[in-house]
Amino acid sequence: MSQLLEVSGVSVSFDGFKALNNLSFSIGKAELRAVIGPNGAGKTTFMDVVTGKTRPDEGSVLWGEPPVSLLGKSESKIATAGVGRKFQRPTVFEDQSVQDNLIMALKKARSPLSVLLFKPEASDFARVDELADVIGLGPVLSMKSGELSHGQKQWLEIGMLLAQEPKLLLVDEPAAGMTLAERKKTTQILRDAAKSRAVVVVEHDMDFVRRLDCRVTVLHEGSVLAEGYIDHVTQNQQVIEVYLGR
Amino acid sequence: MAELTAGPARRRPLVVRYPSVLIFLTCLGLFTLGATILSEGFGIGVISTSFVKTLGKTLCLCLVALGMDLVWGYCGILSLGHMAFFGLGGYAIGMWLMYERTRLIVVDSLAAGGLPATPEEISSGIAAQIFGVVGASEFPPVWAVAHSLPLQLAAVVLAPGLLALVFGWLAFRSRVTGVYLSILTQAMTLALSLYLFQNDSGLRGNNGLSGLQNLPGLENTSQAIVSIWFLWGSALALGLGYVLAAWMVSGKFGSVLRGIRDDEARVRFLGYPVEAFKLFVFTVSAVLAGIAGAIYYPQAGIINPAELAPIASIYLAVWVAIGGRGRLYGAVIGAAFVSLLSSWFTGGQAPDLNILEYRIQWVDWWTVLLGLSFVAVTLFAPKGIGGLFDLLAARRNPNRHGQDLGPDHGSLREKEADA
Ligand SMILES: Nc1ncnc2c1ncn2[C@@H]1O[C@H](COP(=O)(O)OP(=O)(O)O)[C@@H](O)[C@H]1O
Ligand SMILES: [Mg+2]
Repeated sequence: MSQLLEVSGVSVSFDGFKALNNLSFSIGKAELRAVIGPNGAGKTTFMDVVTGKTRPDEGSVLWGEPPVSLLGKSESKIATAGVGRKFQRPTVFEDQSVQDNLIMALKKARSPLSVLLFKPEASDFARVDELADVIGLGPVLSMKSGELSHGQKQWLEIGMLLAQEPKLLLVDEPAAGMTLAERKKTTQILRDAAKSRAVVVVEHDMDFVRRLDCRVTVLHEGSVLAEGYIDHVTQNQQVIEVYLGR
Repeated sequence: MAELTAGPARRRPLVVRYPSVLIFLTCLGLFTLGATILSEGFGIGVISTSFVKTLGKTLCLCLVALGMDLVWGYCGILSLGHMAFFGLGGYAIGMWLMYERTRLIVVDSLAAGGLPATPEEISSGIAAQIFGVVGASEFPPVWAVAHSLPLQLAAVVLAPGLLALVFGWLAFRSRVTGVYLSILTQAMTLALSLYLFQNDSGLRGNNGLSGLQNLPGLENTSQAIVSIWFLWGSALALGLGYVLAAWMVSGKFGSVLRGIRDDEARVRFLGYPVEAFKLFVFTVSAVLAGIAGAIYYPQAGIINPAELAPIASIYLAVWVAIGGRGRLYGAVIGAAFVSLLSSWFTGGQAPDLNILEYRIQWVDWWTVLLGLSFVAVTLFAPKGIGGLFDLLAARRNPNRHGQDLGPDHGSLREKEADA
């Protein structure tokens, strides 16, 4: 199977500290992958590299078919190429309504002129309603998103991610601050999304990862420690030492 | 059941999405009508022609403030150089006004000599008249198209527009934001002003351009009439500018701008080219400023490089802050209120105040008062004068426990926003 994203030999150092150390990672077109690892393992930095926020010192990031390098591309170019990202801390536009947040995320032309001349059509509103239903924010569409609860903001951000219709979703700790029922629903959304696209989920919660029922990549000190199904990696002696045993 | 669910906003006409447009246009229309009726030129003569000019100029200042609100209030770019664009617009129209009026005078005086004058004689006559004060007698290259009204009108838009485009491209591309960007814009207007102060800038150095109130070919029309025309022109420009700005900020474009103001990194990850948006709105607002300047200076009669001094642009930011940024009517109210008050205080009309032994003369003390009000507004009423309308509409602040609405410098503070 040809890969959608192929990261190889990537290193990033901050003032001499290696946040990523010769990291290699790849994911297929319709695949769900969980990334786990202790705090500071480099999970967020990995996403920063893929989305163009951080330039790696070495290594390559190849995307799509035929593969093109993502290195040196701007964040917005990478995003329009099909990489969507959900941040660890929920980041939605708090001064704007839930609906405006979703409309902004909808997959449409992004240049200033086309945005200026953009007129939402019935189909766009329908899509927004549909997404709002999926993320359970239908009744609060006209509310300012700053007034949502922490969990609702997480949902909204997931909704915005889906609205972008990316080929690859990078989801950083989506379940933080959610109740068990909400976590279960998040699991379902992510699994559904992964039927037609690649989804990378960073998560701490082992039960959550177990429910995702997918391959797991364990990061430690900036490189891959183990990879495989959850039961396989949880039996790995090194993984137990650095992560699970604590 | 359908009517029970709070229906989310659907696409509605601009006036519904942005109700202040209709109210604003009505007020502006009534104001213009009222001023016309009270004027000497067309009405009962209760207000003087010079006051009509003050009102017209104020409307132009409101138009720049509108542009300033677009970049600062909506996009979070605190430009402290916008009056450079305003001045460029003024210079662009001033060149034609001065050229054409001098030409008519020169042609007249040469005709009195008997023989028909050659184009060369006329041209050097005009040049000697205009540039005598700076010891030159030839047209500098910047005056190449000064004879043509359409071309100078194009320059009103192009000069500020191109400057903004080039400056913005350089600054935004290297992702200069926050305080550094503000300092750069100050440097831009300072550099332009210093350049214009030089005699060999070609724009008469510190003399600037003068006599701009005299429209060529209309020597027999009194200023009382001309001032009303300009009042109408200013009102029309402000009205159109308001509609344009409201249209820009009310749709998805406005959403993206506010997103950039509060959290530009997030906007990038949604795939929007943030730099292009900033450049776009910066240039549009520079053009608005240029047009405002082109209508302002014929009413002021004179423009010189001091008008482009950095302090002028700082005042502009103060007006918008006092009026309330991030709402178009706030910018307009702030500019109108503060600039009118300022001309009242500095015009020597305000009575002096005696405190104990000390005599407060407002001409000197007005700036202090303005500074204090600015600090007070920033601290205690961040929504500015425009925030008073929130009281009417019973809008409230979000309760965010002191948190801003986004991580960026320009983002709205808790007290500036409404829930
Ligand atoms: N911008 C930065 N400057 C300096 N150090 C950083 C920066 N970003 C991340 N780091 C460091 O890199 C390491 C990896 O961080 P991160 O990728 O956020 O870990 P994780 O998301 O796995 O918890 C941490 O030790 C963190 O302190
Ligand atoms: Mg992290």
